Amino acid sequence: MKSVMSGAKNDDEFSPSAPSFYDVLSDRGVRWIAFGAGGIVVFLGLYIIFEIASAASPAIKEYGLRFFVDTRWDVSRQEFGILAEIWGTLYSSLLALLIGGSFGVGIALFLSQGYLPNRLSQIFRLVVEMLAAIPSVVYGLWGIYVVIPALRPVAAWLHEYFGFIPLFSTSLSGPGLAPAVIVLSIMILPTVAAISQDAFAQVPQKVKEAAYGMGATRKQAILKVILPTASSGVMGAIVLGFGRALGETMALAMLIGNVNQVSLSLFAPAKTLASLLASNFPEAGQVELAALMYAALALLFITVVVNAIGAYIMSLSKKQEAI
Amino acid sequence: MNMNASVARLNDSVGDETQRNEAEVAIDAKINSIYYGKFRAVRDSHVPIRKGEITGFIGPSGCGKSTVLRSLNRMNDLIPIFKMDGDVHFMGQDIYAPSIDPVLVRRHIGMVFQQPNPFAMSIYDNVAFGLRINRFKGDMDERVEGALRQAALWDEVKDKLKQSGLALSGGQQQRLCIARAVAPGPTVLLMDEPCSALDPIATRKIENLMHDLKEHYTVAIVTHNMQQAQRVADTTAFFSVDISDGQRCGHLVEMGRTNELFENPREELTRKYIRGEFS
Repeated sequence: MKSVMSGAKNDDEFSPSAPSFYDVLSDRGVRWIAFGAGGIVVFLGLYIIFEIASAASPAIKEYGLRFFVDTRWDVSRQEFGILAEIWGTLYSSLLALLIGGSFGVGIALFLSQGYLPNRLSQIFRLVVEMLAAIPSVVYGLWGIYVVIPALRPVAAWLHEYFGFIPLFSTSLSGPGLAPAVIVLSIMILPTVAAISQDAFAQVPQKVKEAAYGMGATRKQAILKVILPTASSGVMGAIVLGFGRALGETMALAMLIGNVNQVSLSLFAPAKTLASLLASNFPEAGQVELAALMYAALALLFITVVVNAIGAYIMSLSKKQEAI
Repeated sequence: MNMNASVARLNDSVGDETQRNEAEVAIDAKINSIYYGKFRAVRDSHVPIRKGEITGFIGPSGCGKSTVLRSLNRMNDLIPIFKMDGDVHFMGQDIYAPSIDPVLVRRHIGMVFQQPNPFAMSIYDNVAFGLRINRFKGDMDERVEGALRQAALWDEVKDKLKQSGLALSGGQQQRLCIARAVAPGPTVLLMDEPCSALDPIATRKIENLMHDLKEHYTVAIVTHNMQQAQRVADTTAFFSVDISDGQRCGHLVEMGRTNELFENPREELTRKYIRGEFS
């Protein structure tokens, strides 16, 4: 700053100049690099969809919409359908969302509403975020060696005494929906917790002050004012958590049992779209490969739609802030 | 347990208080120090708030007038690093005594803030909020109407009570916040620069309203506008700020009847401030 000023003083001839050729060129260069980086992402997305769709096209021609209502996946007869997988995907994800979502929002409230001293809540936050860093396959192993054995006696007891309830109508024989859902809940928890924490942080201080200034207790302030004010952000968090649950592959492939059936029972084995893809790809022949691509397209469609809804809800909450 | 005991004590002393005479002190704040962490924000300020009057807090920015106001109903407790040395007597109790629940204090001493801050709910629900959290069992509609009338807002909103409070204009929102604050029947109303976000017409409406509010409530108002203090306050407290080695520490300079303070200030600092020789 100083040198510029003194320079101006010494040299009376100095006057603002036009940007040099180099300035213009580098300015354009930066613009094109940024534009290119954005463009590549869009191109890649579209290209992936195109590739999957073209690889799936024989199956689309062959099975059409029947693909979505058929529960068979019979390689020898070449009859393929993904109803059981769609059911398994949605059922496991919704259950995981119920558990992981409520815990996630609860943790977000616990960490953001002054229940803990600042430093302690930062440590807690770090621990919760660490959950997202654990590899999927480790979750799968933990599920097999810890969750399933722990669940077995509980499941046996529930099945014996409450077997008339459809949820408990089968016994747990190793892998099944329940252990998969428990592990999946833990896996989506950091997503839901982090995003809803942001939503709570966006509730303006003046709104919190208004609630506490009225003599609201912490519980009243949270339930009656803070949660409703942050509701669209929390909804967005839940939907994005759902999107993550839908696409989760490895841990589910290890835990869910991979059996083609539509059952309400928590202890029955099931199958999801992602676990179908993971387990069948390595040995698939040409016809099955096309069917798998078709299933991949269906999964892609579901997750894109869910994530788009989540992003839309989040953008609504940002708009609200602006007003 | 504690809370119930202190409710009983506070409520008992409401009874006692009403039997005493008019010019009684509603809140007697003796503040030795207010700290934010290690930073001493306010020192040596004894601020009695007289019952049934409007007390104005004036002074340059950073003089701690808002901090003192917010310590009168323990709003500062929301800031984790806040610490106060001193006591604030209200209804015969030190509201900073360990047995007193700040929630209870805030139910008796309501607050209106600088920025209008209605909740994202209907006009009706905004006003009913305080009644509901206090488990009010009587005629809610009547109570809501009464509060809106006291805030001079009823005629403007009576046909749209179900609309969002956020859809109102800034001045209307602030009057809605006043209605919300008075609905549960507090004893004292604290106002932290309630007009600073409003235009002159809305400001004038609120000032007029304050003269009516005085009939029912003891009011303390922070304002950066000296004319406003002269127009509305019966008693005025002038705060100033010492600046030494980059530290700012606010304190009460003098407090007196508004006309006396403005016409014949005892302190040189006050005289200079009123003449606009520093801000």
